[in-house]
Amino acid sequence: CNKDLDRTPTYDLSTDAVYKDAAGYRTVAAKAYSGFAVTGPSGPGASTGDILGIDQGTSDYVRQLWSAQELTTDEAIIQWGDPGIQDWHNMNWTSSGVLVQGLYSRILYEITVCNSFLAEATDAKLSARGITGADLTDIKAYRAEVRFLRALAYYHALDLYGNPPFATETDPIGGTTPPKQTTRAALFTYLESELKAIDTDLLAPSQSANQYGRASKAAAWTLLAKLYLNAQVYTGTARYADCLTYAAKVIDTGGYSLQTTATNMATAYSRNFLTDNNTSPEIIFPIVFDGKRTQSYGGTTFLTHAPVSGTADKYWNPAKYGIGAGWGGTRTTPKLFQQFTDTAADTRGRFVTGGQTMDVVSQTNFNNGYVPIKFKNVSSTGAAGADATFVDTDYPMFRLADVYLMYAEAAVRTNANLPQALTYVNLIRSRAYNNTAAGNIATADLTLDFLLNERSRELYWEGTRRTDLIRYKRFTTADYLWPWKGGVAAGTSVPDTRSLFPIPASDLSVNPNLVQNPGY
Amino acid sequence: QAQTGSVSGRVLDEKNAGIPGATVLVAGTSLGVSSDADGNFRLANIPAGPQTIVLTFVGYNEVRRPVTIVSGQNVAVNAALTVNATELGEAVVIGYGTQRKQDVTGAITTVTAKDFVQGQITNPEQLIQGKVAGVQITTDGGAPGASTTIRIRGGSSLNASNDPLIVIDGVPVDNSSVSGAANPLSLINPNDIETYTVLKDASATAIYGSRASNGVILITTKKGALGDKLTVNLVSNTSLAARYNSVPVLTADEFRATVQAVAPQQVGLLGTGNTDWQKQVFRTAMTYDNNVSLTGAVGKLPFRASIGNLEQQGILITNRLIRNSGSLSLSPILLDNHLRVNVNVKGTWVDNNFADAGAIGSALAFDPTQNVFSDNATYGNYFQYLQGNGTPQQNVPTNPVATLMLQRNRSTVKRSIGNIQLDYKLHFLPDLHANLNLGYDVTRATGNNLVDARSAGSYFNNPLDPTNTTARGGSYNYYSQQRNNKLLEAYLNYTKQFNENTRLEVLAGYSYQDFVTTAPAYDTYLGDASTVRTLAAKNPFRTQYTIISYYGRANLSIKDRYLFTATLRNDNTSRFGPDYRKAYFPAGSFAWRIKEEDFLKDSKTFSDLKLRVGYGITGQQDVVAAAGSDYPYIQRFQQNVPSAQYQLGGVYYTPYSPLGYNGKIKWEQTSTYNAGLDFGFLDNRLTLSADAYYRKTTDLLAVIPIPSLVNFTNRLISNVGSLENKGIELNLNGNVIQSEKLNWSVNANATYNVNRILSLGPQAANFQGIENTGISGGTGTNIGNYRVGSPSSAFYVYQQVYGANGKPVDGVYVDTNGDGKVDSNDRRIFQQSAPKVLLGFGSNLSYNRVSLAFSLRANLGNYVYNNVNSNLGNYQGIVGSTNFVSNVTRDANNTGFLNRTQDRYSSDYYIQNASFLRMDNVTLGYNAGKVLNGKGSLRLSAAVQNVFVATKYTGLDPEIPNGVDNNVYPRPRTYTFGLNLSI
Repeated sequence: CNKDLDRTPTYDLSTDAVYKDAAGYRTVAAKAYSGFAVTGPSGPGASTGDILGIDQGTSDYVRQLWSAQELTTDEAIIQWGDPGIQDWHNMNWTSSGVLVQGLYSRILYEITVCNSFLAEATDAKLSARGITGADLTDIKAYRAEVRFLRALAYYHALDLYGNPPFATETDPIGGTTPPKQTTRAALFTYLESELKAIDTDLLAPSQSANQYGRASKAAAWTLLAKLYLNAQVYTGTARYADCLTYAAKVIDTGGYSLQTTATNMATAYSRNFLTDNNTSPEIIFPIVFDGKRTQSYGGTTFLTHAPVSGTADKYWNPAKYGIGAGWGGTRTTPKLFQQFTDTAADTRGRFVTGGQTMDVVSQTNFNNGYVPIKFKNVSSTGAAGADATFVDTDYPMFRLADVYLMYAEAAVRTNANLPQALTYVNLIRSRAYNNTAAGNIATADLTLDFLLNERSRELYWEGTRRTDLIRYKRFTTADYLWPWKGGVAAGTSVPDTRSLFPIPASDLSVNPNLVQNPGY
Repeated sequence: QAQTGSVSGRVLDEKNAGIPGATVLVAGTSLGVSSDADGNFRLANIPAGPQTIVLTFVGYNEVRRPVTIVSGQNVAVNAALTVNATELGEAVVIGYGTQRKQDVTGAITTVTAKDFVQGQITNPEQLIQGKVAGVQITTDGGAPGASTTIRIRGGSSLNASNDPLIVIDGVPVDNSSVSGAANPLSLINPNDIETYTVLKDASATAIYGSRASNGVILITTKKGALGDKLTVNLVSNTSLAARYNSVPVLTADEFRATVQAVAPQQVGLLGTGNTDWQKQVFRTAMTYDNNVSLTGAVGKLPFRASIGNLEQQGILITNRLIRNSGSLSLSPILLDNHLRVNVNVKGTWVDNNFADAGAIGSALAFDPTQNVFSDNATYGNYFQYLQGNGTPQQNVPTNPVATLMLQRNRSTVKRSIGNIQLDYKLHFLPDLHANLNLGYDVTRATGNNLVDARSAGSYFNNPLDPTNTTARGGSYNYYSQQRNNKLLEAYLNYTKQFNENTRLEVLAGYSYQDFVTTAPAYDTYLGDASTVRTLAAKNPFRTQYTIISYYGRANLSIKDRYLFTATLRNDNTSRFGPDYRKAYFPAGSFAWRIKEEDFLKDSKTFSDLKLRVGYGITGQQDVVAAAGSDYPYIQRFQQNVPSAQYQLGGVYYTPYSPLGYNGKIKWEQTSTYNAGLDFGFLDNRLTLSADAYYRKTTDLLAVIPIPSLVNFTNRLISNVGSLENKGIELNLNGNVIQSEKLNWSVNANATYNVNRILSLGPQAANFQGIENTGISGGTGTNIGNYRVGSPSSAFYVYQQVYGANGKPVDGVYVDTNGDGKVDSNDRRIFQQSAPKVLLGFGSNLSYNRVSLAFSLRANLGNYVYNNVNSNLGNYQGIVGSTNFVSNVTRDANNTGFLNRTQDRYSSDYYIQNASFLRMDNVTLGYNAGKVLNGKGSLRLSAAVQNVFVATKYTGLDPEIPNGVDNNVYPRPRTYTFGLNLSI
């Protein structure tokens, strides 16, 4: 009877059962992708997800990344009372904060999932499992994509936490040996070589639907461009010329173009943030959501609901956003609103102002602060999404406008290709101004300050603001203040060490290899 | 030829009925025999000469008869044994057998039917609430069949189970949750229970090894006895339960005045009604509990059969429980008194009508100036907040009466527990018994939850179409669950009386227990029960685990004074990997019956004095709640549910998600030291037991952060750290007055327990601990923290600063770590939710035919987080929305807080002293004596339960299982009229 002690799960699968064929590999590759979108295998309603110690909905990758990049800046502020959520904006987060911990855990969990896939997808294992021919080519592409996803997650770790622990597919999973810590500079070098190494196996950039959602070569180039744009911050050595190279590569050979066609329900710009944004020609790498099949309380569901008032009143109608009711949380400081000199002409500057005060006097009153109108659960023809809670809209992780602006900034910083840069910026400007030249700028206007502001106008609430402000040395310093920066109403500078988040105390406790970031 | 003779005779009880199984020994020899089914015995080959025949039976006084044996002749010895009035000879149920109370070496408390809590008892564990030192029983509110938290000597674990093992008639039962029944024990009819035995220290529990760390509760059900005449017993209780207090919220008029004062701009949102919503959702509830049993013996077949019917309304409208139960026990003795057979079958059929307890919370907050009803039939004629176009507003409170009335949440749960136990006394070696116990515990549960499409709260559920103003959703889901648990136990028991002074009992056994739970996956629907809302998961749920054990015990009694017990159990669980699943749990104990020593033998002061010391190790392997499965050591991939797919290239993939696992997970071990003294005074009219214990849990099963990048989770159930419980227990029983007419007995017990976490593994200097215990409000806010050096139930809060007026200053907290700023690291450990002291007191006074009994219970040193006030004790409800106003608790008028803020949720202002004294029960009984021409006897009783609660706590009820007071189903005051007729 002692063999009765070898009970095994009836329906859950073992490693060998999962990876028995190419289809199995694809389901785990899909797991690696879905790590950016869903919060756990049992769906949003389950009591726990992948990451423990944090509310499951809050633990979503995009939601947390967005919070760290936007709520810490002038672009967004939130009126909720979740533990630590005000800390983002007040810049008084601690190493034991549940949100600082949750984001870190989500990023490193994603890397672990990727590592485990890659350990099973070596040439030797693929061959041993009899995967050949077209399947082999396909799985090799997926292998390169999972390496890209891992690089993306490591990039976020590098950008947010600086010096995270580091492991690859050669490190065992399931043991207890804690990983070594890496440095920002070493991680930069690793990511650079990794992103270049996968170039051969990645799919070519394509607008075709049968490739939608998958990371192509252009996604890796865009990530390289981002890496190089911020290299000065990450390594102390500027790499703007390389940024220019890779941004150009995306622009020249990616086949992407700005969405310039408005509908009678949606401006051209706003079509990037609606349920049918999967048809937008400018999205390079999306995180794909679906109201029925890819549900979470993070992602675009969060981005759509959080700014909307809880119920319909004379200023709000949640149904216009394609949702039953909003969550009444996020709004912006006057700084973002003031970026738009003319919100009537610039189609990007859409705000709910009725019933709201522009000034943010209180951080617990939703009626303080104007509310940007961006993500919605309706299509460009006005049709509501499939579900009133979970949103169909995809999250544009990378899109062409960002690449244009990276190109322009790198051009200005290296004083190269300025006419080309001006062309790209004016493509963005004219799209914003209803395909007119009304907003176009001249070469003289193409300054670094202008580009930072233009990035905010074009890319607000898309998760790049914190990185941009750090690159411009305006995140922590007194050079640029916004309401409640540093926790005071008028805004104040904070120590520069706040440019990095702390390694969570929970990981420091169990991994003696880790050293805390300075200042924490 | 040897010169031998024989002795024969009959052993009789006080009613002159034969006692089967009594031991007959020739003192100073190894000769002995047991009496047969009629009490007859015959003992041959006794050496001629003067001898002493010793007749013993558990629960009876020993009889010693000097006889003179003459070779070749028989001497007749008939003896009537008298019941051991001192109770020391009472048989006590222990693991795998019984023991005379005087031989017990561990910490064991027995409660028999006569001492059970009276009144309307729905769940079996309520029978001994407050009756046993060291045992804390807390119901999760006043719903019929509500779940109960039982803690014996504090919790020994952090994330593994802290529930005791419950064994019913030899079948360790599955105490894991049952779909459709809040409390699996509510599936047992309390009327069938004869005794409770609580095994508390390791020497008593170690025989149950792996599952014994949190104590063991042995339940024995009533049985027939040989020679009993046929008796019909009818027990009928009728009860009325009424709410006796309310959460202090504002009345309609006070609310109007407060809105006017606080936010005049909101006055327009007020209604014209005067509704006490708490009154609307609660009612006075009736309970009918009828039980009939037939006990006796047909020929040589003793039996007991019973049926019971309970219909209990909850005080929350629409809440009801119906329980039909039946039990049958047969206990024949066969094969010339060599084979004792025990057959027990219990079956229960429970129908639950659950009520949404969320309505309790919304009844507090719902605007008291609104009426219950409206004339809008679209929403069931209930008042709801509507938009101009007639559709419900979203994110507004919903009418709590409508919530309850427009939902039907029903379940049917059937459970049967049964076993057949064969105890065979070997013909050729009567000292050796072979015992075989085959048991089962089977549950079938089904249920469905229908939310009516008229429910405004489910409006626009799905599908969404903003142009459709009549789109309503509702919801319907169905569930079922099957549990099939099997038990096989076999043991050998050898008892040898070596001589007059030395007795050895050795037991060795094997146990196999297997647990299987399955639950199909179902689609969920809209309220029309046909439109699919959410697809079922691809796979149904199935889980299985097995425990295989070997165990042994030796009891050695020398001179009836020095008692030694040693046990060893080897447990193997399928929940751990092959290298870790096996564990040994040893225990040893010693008792010294000092009273029997020469220097005390003649003492008039002491009628009993016994010292007990024991040490043992017990284990814990129930990690399911923390690990999420019965397979925590296996690397598994779970297929995502249909709502967690991912689309790539137009194809939806259902990912396989790797799950965190701990290949090295193993037993948690608790070492227990126990020392106790049992005193008896005045012929044991007064008995006192005092126990001191120290329990240390090592290899603690805790969910702790693990290094990133080494597993598929950030927190993993691991064997890490340690915690301790130490305490003192006192138990006093006194027959204060004993006379023919007037009798008064009292029971008092007291427990003091200190719990402390000793280690949580490696710690960084600024590691703040592991937060736990979520609260309502502020997503993800936790109020507890596991920290080294603190109790596991400690709160983790800011220290509130108070103004000169004594009121809390909003948002101002003490910089407890002195770093010049107040942030989340300034929260500190403050008080605990577990009581430090438990007190119980019971009194039973009778004069002639009238009796009056009551029981009191007190918890001291326990604190409660008043989540009702932290949510509603501010004016957020009044100023927070432009669409509605909602009610606030009176505390809002004290604090004047305008809104809810996150940090305030974590203020120690809301941690309140919840020490209390509760009178659980007063029962007035009248024994009408013989009725029906002397054929029957009748007893009548009237009982009041939950008579009063004395406490400083300002919320509804200070007795909260996890220390967070939120949405608690009020415990009603219950008036019961009972009738007990025996024919």
